[in-house]
Amino acid sequence: MSLEVTGVRKSFGRFPALDDVSLLAENGEFLALLGPSGSGKTTLLRVIAGLEEAETGSVRFGDEDLLAKPVRQRGIGLVFQHYALFRHMTAAQNIAFGIKSKPRAVRPSANQIKAKVEELLNLVQLEGLGGRYPSQLSGGQRQRVALARALAIEPKILLLDEPFGALDAKVRRGLRRWLRELHERTGLTTIFVTHDQEEALELADRVAILKDGKVEQIGTPEELYHDPASAFVFDFLGDSIQMACEVKGGMAVIGGVSAPIIGQKPDKDGPATAYIRPDGFQIGPKDGEGLGARIRDVLLAGPDARIDCVIDNDGAVEVRVPHKAAKGLAPKDRITLKARAVRVWA
Amino acid sequence: MYLSRPAKNPARRDPTLLAGVMIGVAIIYLVFVLFLPLFTVFFEALRKGFGDYFRGLADRDALSAIKLTLLIAAIAAPLNTVFGLAAAWCVTKFEFFGKNVLLTLIDLPFSISPVISGLVYVLLYGANGWFGPTLDAWGIQIIFTVTGIVLATTLVTLPFVARELIPLMQGQGTDEEAAAATLGAGGLRTFFLVTLPNIKWGLMYGVLLCTARAMGEFGAVAVVSGKIRGQTATMPLQVEILYNEYNFVAAFAVASLLALFALITLAVKTFLEARFAHELAAQRWR
Repeated sequence: MSLEVTGVRKSFGRFPALDDVSLLAENGEFLALLGPSGSGKTTLLRVIAGLEEAETGSVRFGDEDLLAKPVRQRGIGLVFQHYALFRHMTAAQNIAFGIKSKPRAVRPSANQIKAKVEELLNLVQLEGLGGRYPSQLSGGQRQRVALARALAIEPKILLLDEPFGALDAKVRRGLRRWLRELHERTGLTTIFVTHDQEEALELADRVAILKDGKVEQIGTPEELYHDPASAFVFDFLGDSIQMACEVKGGMAVIGGVSAPIIGQKPDKDGPATAYIRPDGFQIGPKDGEGLGARIRDVLLAGPDARIDCVIDNDGAVEVRVPHKAAKGLAPKDRITLKARAVRVWA
Repeated sequence: MYLSRPAKNPARRDPTLLAGVMIGVAIIYLVFVLFLPLFTVFFEALRKGFGDYFRGLADRDALSAIKLTLLIAAIAAPLNTVFGLAAAWCVTKFEFFGKNVLLTLIDLPFSISPVISGLVYVLLYGANGWFGPTLDAWGIQIIFTVTGIVLATTLVTLPFVARELIPLMQGQGTDEEAAAATLGAGGLRTFFLVTLPNIKWGLMYGVLLCTARAMGEFGAVAVVSGKIRGQTATMPLQVEILYNEYNFVAAFAVASLLALFALITLAVKTFLEARFAHELAAQRWR
């Protein structure tokens, strides 16, 4: 069964947090909601969970109307950004809370609950730490307790709000891979919110990019990266360099050199802004064709050589070229830059 | 909350002279403002020996005042505990129109003189008050009775529990309650298993302060009670009555007992804190 969000609107005072949002999460899909802060991604998550009320629109799971149900009957597991663990309860008590909250008729016996908690502690690799209080656990461990607690109610959907937001970079990377594996094992439809594009592209089956309460684009990481629907998506998913250009017959002319336009082509000719990734340039000798520039710095550590240069009568850019092409270049050298291909949005 | 040990790092240590002066000033201040008056109460009460001290306490009117005071506290404190919990829950976990007005109203008894709190009850329920004649016709008397004293005391001590809980609960936010809801817990289960354990120390502190204040209230009670000896005189009123009769030993004896009640409440709090220090420490994370 899939989760279907249709035309959801929500505003806080006069600020529209969600403006006609629609999206679909397939059964078992790992979907990321990606966007800058204030884009409405957490609000959307809270609407699905039932912690915020949508003004219009619907949220359905299969043929079940989720908005008609109160939070506690939705059966949605939510992992909060700061975990929201019950701090006066041990990890095991935290995990057992949801199961013990079930109506008496469907509540498992005390022994079954204990076994289930053990099983979940194993699943999140916290064997033997069930007796610890949240204050006695590290950030990564708390996060996994929160996850186990959400999984304990056997939810139909798992929602994660900035699951790695409060962790340091190294713990983050380890947990990321682990979460992906866990998802493959449980097969649970999972939606997670993040503002980190690298995290979204690496983890998710599909990514929905939100901006100002609207879905800007939704697709697989590959589609988004190679076929961005807007300048915002292009800019958000990686470093981008913007340059003024003149569109002429399906080509973009920058500094007298025309470059092919990839993807959507603008309808009419005229001045526009070209978007280029840092590795989309070719470097030429100072008397070559293209934009003249003066090198400020050449950085040779890393998979590519990075050349920091100032374009004549324009700003500084940092372009990336193969080490071979950077050979012999030094600060203060003059070069020319030629865009290989650009993107232009109307 | 805890005094830190003097910093080992010499760079962080204050000059010895300055530290000495500051500590001296603090001690002198505490001695004259806090310790000496407290000492005087017990000293004066025992000036003529234990015999007179206990005779002062065993007096029929004094015993009646002690009983009345404990009764008033036993009614007013639970009332305001329930009110304080409800008010704090409502103010911190929900958004609604008029919230700031409610917050200000909760504080009102702190800023109004207790005498006025007493007077409004006389104006409302007294013989010539708004509801006085009606109540009189029904055979209900409020002013100059225990009912009136309870009402006045409850009003004066109304903010203690709420004021203690509101900042605490605001700081804790609503995430844990929201988490409990997503896990399937209903309102009552959430309140008793999630909210209450998180605020129990603040709540206890608020209740103790409320109780201590309820026992010691003078102004409002003086106005509504009519200070009838052996009937509507609470301990603070009895102290004043005895003092005005130049019966100093008895006055200070009752006063010392009142002070003792206050000290006991504080001792209970300290004991509980020490007893559950481990649990408290576990909660101090966030």
